[in-house]
Amino acid sequence: MTNTLIILVAILIIAALVQITRVSELLSEIKKQDPNKVTDSNNKTQGILFLVVGGAFLIFVVWQMITWNHLLLPPASSLHGQEIDALMKVSMGLILIVFFALTPLLFYFTYKYRGNKNNKAYFFAHNNKLEVIWTVIPTIILTCLIVYGLRTWERSMNPDLSQAKIIEVYAEQFKWTARESGTDNKLGKANFKLVTDRNALGVDMNDVNSKDDKVIREVHLVVDKPVLLKFRAKDVIHSAFLPHFRVQMNCVPGLSTQFAFTPTQTTAEMKEQEGDDFEFVLLCNKICGAAHYNMQMSFIVETQEEYDAWIASQKVLSEKLLTQK
Amino acid sequence: MSEHHHKETFITKYIFSQDHKMIAKQFLITGMFMAIIGMLMSAIFRVQLANPGESSILYNLLPGDWINEAGALNPDKYLALVTMHGTILVFWVLTAGLSGTFANFLIPLQIGARDMASGFINMLSYWFFFIATVILISSIYVQGGPASGGWTIYPPLSALPQAIPGSGTGMTLWLISITLFVVGSLLGGLNYIVTILNLRTIGMSMKRLPLTVWALLITAILGVLSFPVLLSCGLLLIFDRSFGTSFYLSDIIINGEMLHNVGGSPILFEHLFWFLGHPEVYIILLPALGIVSEVIAVNSRKPIFGYKAMVGALLLIAFLSFIVWGHHMFMTGMNPFLGSVFTFTTLLIAIPSAVKVFNYLATLWRANIRFTPAMLFAIGTVSAFITGGLTGLILGDSALDINVHDTYFVVGHFHIVMGLSAIYGMFAGVYHWFPKMYGRMMNKNLGYLHFWGTFICAYGVFFPMHFLGLAGLPRRYYTNSAFPMFDGLSDINSIITFFALTGAIIQAIFIFNFIYSLFKGPRATKNPWESTTLEWTTPVERIHGNWPGDLPVVTRWAYDYSKPGASADFIPQDVPLKEGEEEH
Repeated sequence: MTNTLIILVAILIIAALVQITRVSELLSEIKKQDPNKVTDSNNKTQGILFLVVGGAFLIFVVWQMITWNHLLLPPASSLHGQEIDALMKVSMGLILIVFFALTPLLFYFTYKYRGNKNNKAYFFAHNNKLEVIWTVIPTIILTCLIVYGLRTWERSMNPDLSQAKIIEVYAEQFKWTARESGTDNKLGKANFKLVTDRNALGVDMNDVNSKDDKVIREVHLVVDKPVLLKFRAKDVIHSAFLPHFRVQMNCVPGLSTQFAFTPTQTTAEMKEQEGDDFEFVLLCNKICGAAHYNMQMSFIVETQEEYDAWIASQKVLSEKLLTQK
Repeated sequence: MSEHHHKETFITKYIFSQDHKMIAKQFLITGMFMAIIGMLMSAIFRVQLANPGESSILYNLLPGDWINEAGALNPDKYLALVTMHGTILVFWVLTAGLSGTFANFLIPLQIGARDMASGFINMLSYWFFFIATVILISSIYVQGGPASGGWTIYPPLSALPQAIPGSGTGMTLWLISITLFVVGSLLGGLNYIVTILNLRTIGMSMKRLPLTVWALLITAILGVLSFPVLLSCGLLLIFDRSFGTSFYLSDIIINGEMLHNVGGSPILFEHLFWFLGHPEVYIILLPALGIVSEVIAVNSRKPIFGYKAMVGALLLIAFLSFIVWGHHMFMTGMNPFLGSVFTFTTLLIAIPSAVKVFNYLATLWRANIRFTPAMLFAIGTVSAFITGGLTGLILGDSALDINVHDTYFVVGHFHIVMGLSAIYGMFAGVYHWFPKMYGRMMNKNLGYLHFWGTFICAYGVFFPMHFLGLAGLPRRYYTNSAFPMFDGLSDINSIITFFALTGAIIQAIFIFNFIYSLFKGPRATKNPWESTTLEWTTPVERIHGNWPGDLPVVTRWAYDYSKPGASADFIPQDVPLKEGEEEH
């Protein structure tokens, strides 16, 4: 029924278009005009439309910025993330200024210089001075932006790792698993050939560093303590994305990648600020298969005491493997 | 060139034609057909995003096994739609549809040549493209569905049928199709370059070339240098998929099966892919900017401002486009220093881009604008180029990319700067050259309606996506409802879908206008837009060989509009300079 209705509506629309086209052509014939000649009145209408629709577009942009502001990510909960946010503010500010300068100018020019058969355009083929100015100014601004950006990148990518807690994040279709490096802060070796149902991460249990490793289903971090996440993937490329910390890194089969950061706010603090259902989450940000959209793991940032209590409650992997035998 | 007088049969005239104008139309019609399919796919996945897990009447268009018992779209088929939408729009519509149409149509006509350097190779170029099209379409209907790993087909996902059903036969067909596509575009590209360099008429020096031809030349060079890399990239993937090699694969366990592959690197694929992939962005964009330069000059009744700077900017953009591919890979774990280099080169592109925008604005300044539908779309391109180009400053900056990489911010960015700019440029080209292609005029009022509907809906679709991205929503998600943190974004998704569906319906106005005008449009005159370039000196009948007598001789550049001292507000390129008249 709905199908028939839609087809009917489509036919009606086409019929209407045919009629509109005919009428507009007949009208111009009566007026002894070429139907497709752009008249001064056309120019006026279209010029005004540019002004009106262009204005409406800018208002729409401002409306979105106001209405949806609360939906955007909260300020970064990590040290390097705060620097990135500062750079983001500067860059956003800059592009908004340029956007709100050039777009109105474009629409204003189209309106202001709409054609009229009595006018003649001004022959203005080039002007070296102007061209130098608008090449040099963007160059200077961009140089500043590039330098600022590169400094931020450099600092974000090269934090002090000497004190960092090492945690492995392992990606597979369609879940995350993590491995705590234990008291020695060293991850035992792992190899995909050692993966079994019970030893899902393929950890080499003969390596002494593996003895105290703990396999966990949610990651706990200590606030203000640096952490180094090391990534591995089992099957296809995934990408570990922790939007609140401004952390993102691909997890690639056969390749080891890493990202270090320092969380600055506990989950409890964030719940107070953002509402009770707030949670730091890890999501997959590289297309990885059918359930790509639902690949998540919680990150919990807490105080040292809370963390100590939690980590003590987790079994070490070697013990787990033994008990499951 | 005497062979253009021989008798034409239906087959040599309309099917295996070697006439560049007919081949251009073949590219255009095929491109439009693919655009409709690609747009319908986006309409369908937009419906899923607005009403996740619900059934929809639009799903009746899909093969039955794409839908589950509840009537909802299967998640892997959502990815199939996204993948095919991207493939079709990037390669079929905005590469072949845009370059194929306008390079073929405009190059000989605007440089004063009787045809392309090789009509036969030109014909082959279309037929390779055509076969590629047939294979790509048929891949939708095979077992497991079409390629579903994203249009960038990163392995291992695209290499392993166990990882996603679309990586089976569908992916094989995708690779065969794209291989033929690349062969077709290389044949076309070589032909364009040779034709422009060798077949310019007397007086048509490089400095007098219209900007469209400059843009098409640079585009062709980009294509010839970068498409072979995609070819080799795809070839290695075919080997990995079918012959057990390990170029891209290593240390993989999939569905409990341990694969033998060791030593390969998926990142190698990304490097090869984006070595094409980034120039590809400009292969799409530059022809549109060329068309827009032409349309803006004609309808402003002014010379394009800063002709030399415009050419210089095109050259610089083209050069830089080869050394920025890494900005697609900031998050792959590449050496941070390499990231710095790519950030630097990427942000440099903003300089020639800014110059182009300022030059367009300066062209409009004190103009006498005629708002033809083509002109509206040309201004739309400039607007989209400003809006979308600016967000590139965020994405090109490696530090900021951490926040927004692979989120909807990227989707918004490239759909505006590349998608809208290019498709508006394509519409501008069709409205502008339709009289030359078919000898009839398109309806002006329907053109106006089409532009405003499209312009409003397109910003309604793509601008809000920036906010989704800044909220952290990744692209290629079947739904935003799996994470509580994205619950608030459903309203934005509904708004986007509303505009997407409306915008899709509005395209019917264009299709209707195109077909109606083809048969019933008023007859065109020889030079309806009062333009200076050579194509408007050819007869309306569109003869084989383009000019009935001798080829025109060019004495001036393409932009003598409103020249002081002249009575008409345009002087065609083949009108000799008056005594004492300076060239410009």
